[in-house]
Amino acid sequence: MELISNAPTGPIEKSWETHKFGLKLVNPANKRKHTIIVVGTGLAGGAAAASLGELGYNVDCFCFQDSPRRAHSIAAQGGINAAKNYHNDGDSVYRLFYDTVKGGDFRSREANVYRLAQVSVNIIDQCVAQGVPFAREYGGLLDNRSFGGAQVSRTFYARGQTGQQLLLGAYQALERQIGLGTVKMFPRTEMLDLIVIYGRARGIVTRSLCDGKVDVHFGDAVVLATGGYGNVFYLSTNAKGSNATAIWRAYKRGALFANPCFTQIHPTCIPVSGDYQSKLTLMSESLRNDGRIWVPKKAGDKRPPASVPDDERDYYLERRYPSFGNLVPRDIASRAAKAVCDEGHGVGETGLGVYLDFSDALKRLGTHKIAERYGNLFEMYERITGEDPYKVPMRIYPAIHYTMGGLWVDYNLMSTVPGLFVLGEANFSDHGANRLGASALMQGLADGYFIIPYTIGNYLANAKAEKYSEDTPAAKEAVANVNAITRKLLNASGKRTVDSYHRELGKILWEYCGMSRNAAGLKKAAGMIAELREDYWRNVRVLGANEELNQSLEKAGRVADFFELGELMCMDALHRNESCGGHFREEYETPDGEALRDDANYSYVGAWEFQGAGRPASLNKEPLVFNYVKPSQRSYK
Amino acid sequence: MKLTLHVWRQKNAQHRGRMVRYEAPGVNEHMSFLEMLDVLNEGLIEKGEDPIAFDHDCREGICGMCGFMINGRAHGGFKGTTVCQLHMRHFKDGDELYLEPWRAAAFPVIKDLAVDRSAFDRIIAAGGFISVPTGSAPDGNAIPVRKQDADLAMDAAACIGCGACVAACPNAAAALFVGAKISHLARLPQGQAERDRRALAMVRQMNREGFANCTNIGECEAACPKQIKLEVIAQTNADYIRAAFTERPETVSGGVG
Repeated sequence: MELISNAPTGPIEKSWETHKFGLKLVNPANKRKHTIIVVGTGLAGGAAAASLGELGYNVDCFCFQDSPRRAHSIAAQGGINAAKNYHNDGDSVYRLFYDTVKGGDFRSREANVYRLAQVSVNIIDQCVAQGVPFAREYGGLLDNRSFGGAQVSRTFYARGQTGQQLLLGAYQALERQIGLGTVKMFPRTEMLDLIVIYGRARGIVTRSLCDGKVDVHFGDAVVLATGGYGNVFYLSTNAKGSNATAIWRAYKRGALFANPCFTQIHPTCIPVSGDYQSKLTLMSESLRNDGRIWVPKKAGDKRPPASVPDDERDYYLERRYPSFGNLVPRDIASRAAKAVCDEGHGVGETGLGVYLDFSDALKRLGTHKIAERYGNLFEMYERITGEDPYKVPMRIYPAIHYTMGGLWVDYNLMSTVPGLFVLGEANFSDHGANRLGASALMQGLADGYFIIPYTIGNYLANAKAEKYSEDTPAAKEAVANVNAITRKLLNASGKRTVDSYHRELGKILWEYCGMSRNAAGLKKAAGMIAELREDYWRNVRVLGANEELNQSLEKAGRVADFFELGELMCMDALHRNESCGGHFREEYETPDGEALRDDANYSYVGAWEFQGAGRPASLNKEPLVFNYVKPSQRSYK
Repeated sequence: MKLTLHVWRQKNAQHRGRMVRYEAPGVNEHMSFLEMLDVLNEGLIEKGEDPIAFDHDCREGICGMCGFMINGRAHGGFKGTTVCQLHMRHFKDGDELYLEPWRAAAFPVIKDLAVDRSAFDRIIAAGGFISVPTGSAPDGNAIPVRKQDADLAMDAAACIGCGACVAACPNAAAALFVGAKISHLARLPQGQAERDRRALAMVRQMNREGFANCTNIGECEAACPKQIKLEVIAQTNADYIRAAFTERPETVSGGVG
């Protein structure tokens, strides 16, 4: 399949403006005749559903949570980037574009990233007008802070709850449309299949999580904003319900899956404490501004941290990266922590942890200043671990946080299935092989507020509105498929719980397709996953019935998809014979252990095409061309 | 440690529920409360018994999806803590705990500890917003906001919509939830144009949903995991009373010409 990006050519500064002018419009009277399905209500989906409702389309909006306000965008802490240059410190759209392309290790599409940087400024305006209580200075103007990968202050924030406040802004706009009747909301409803008629996305099949009722919803276009797939690893910073089922089932209906092996591991999370652990909690990247990371020099040293004298500590980031020190990018900090733990220097009961020590900063700045900067994070840490970080160093370890890969989309955010659009973390488009901090919120809102309202109109103006009945063969087949999966899971009547399989799958992926990977390990993992998947369908135990709130059944369907996705991730990681961003292949490193990219052979988006159950997916390539930011080796020494 | 749990089991809204006793052995002090229930559920599934249904999602105390009563206290009654962030080190071996869903007429039980809180969404849909269609906003710095106002707005906006305030209130009132949104938007210059309409619409919707009146008991503030202050209710009352006095029917007759 040839992947046509539809990215405009010509001067990049004008490309979105020119492209928008070329897009067809739908007149107001005709908008009422179109129904658009939006799945997911995070920043991307919530913003899209509200904006499309405002334009006059009929929107049917779905989320699996009990309310659209719960989507996991709500948990983002740090902030949102925008090229406002309010601080006169040299920021510009071009600089944000440059930082993002470079931060993504030159594996993203230039035109998309430029547009993202351009609309970033409109996002802040929109959110302020909605009443998002951003931090202010005494003069009443907006405050900013700095984040990793940038030398300017361009991050807007609302305390440590920026994601929450931005999401509530989008949620309130969405509720307003629900009140006005333009959007119909279906909470506690999960999308389980995509309906494709004559090659176009025409609807979805859903299951009500309260009573198990399976329904068909038709629309003239389908928008997926269902988030990332980090939970394939079982333990991640994602919410428990975050899953890949919507995008995975769309993949099986013909949408290509791009760069599945590009996953981001965040260096500062609270370490795993036992087998019962259900999720991991992030400690904001901002802590690395004042905390120093170290492990004991002697492997297996079990003394309490205070008894380890300074000359017996290894401040390994400061040692290896003297110019960036503790503030190296996420991928590098994560790998370094794994390396010292693998060598036996790890701390805590499990040996999988490193110290993030604030004692120097406390001496330098005093408790009051530290509390002002990080008080809420210190409290959260103490609540979870029972240890007081003002007295003993925090213990941290890397954890899966974000997935850069996702369904392939063109410049209009449309997948390879006409009429199927994919927004936010669910698509692959803007972050390349590594995402910079405070850029996920920016992308979700850019896609939802400022891109999809234009590009979807162009599609609808060109497509005839058709009416279909539930007897349409494609709809009947999709319903039958959903019912068959449910029956198969309920009838397996085996011995093992869904969670126990999910945990085992996560361990395999973390071990062989996590922070560092190699060919032998990836091949082994693919085999192990295939074996476990087969066992799953024979031996899983899902109690209860379809016609009730059945949380085991919900999980069982999602885990079935995670098995298949996990295999594809290994395949993608195995084929990409280079290291870039979050994808680190041990065979491809510089003599001093840094990632070694291969631009001559791998400067492309790898998009996988489903070929039917039991057959290997086929690879399609979208070559990446860099006309503005010249690829270079990243160095933080 | 070993705990005894009495858990409210109810098949759905139509069935009667009852308390069922469970033993939870091997509880580790580092577990969160929900992880303790996860382990209990794994054991139930292995024995072929229906696992306990409870709502949860982010497990970081921010999404607002989790929540139930522990020994009569919403989220367990620990200051500023949702049940997903509550860890077992606060309990001791041999403790006997009673787990019940939020109890309120406006929050019907879906199953076991999971309730339907969609009434909250309908209150927001009635008026808990600022009407600003996408693309129509002025520059972010065009509207200066006093730092103190921004901070107070943020304090109120921290509400996670979990429903603990309703569950803790002897009247099952939603005054703290409604007050949090009214205060958040009333503190900001952007929220002024719709301030009266908002107060009237949200309070009326709250009444339609079957939440009872606030009688200033203050249990809600004590139970709120985000420590929203009682003063937000005073803000609702002030805004509502003023708006009710000045309310006029909306006219459609225009001027001449």
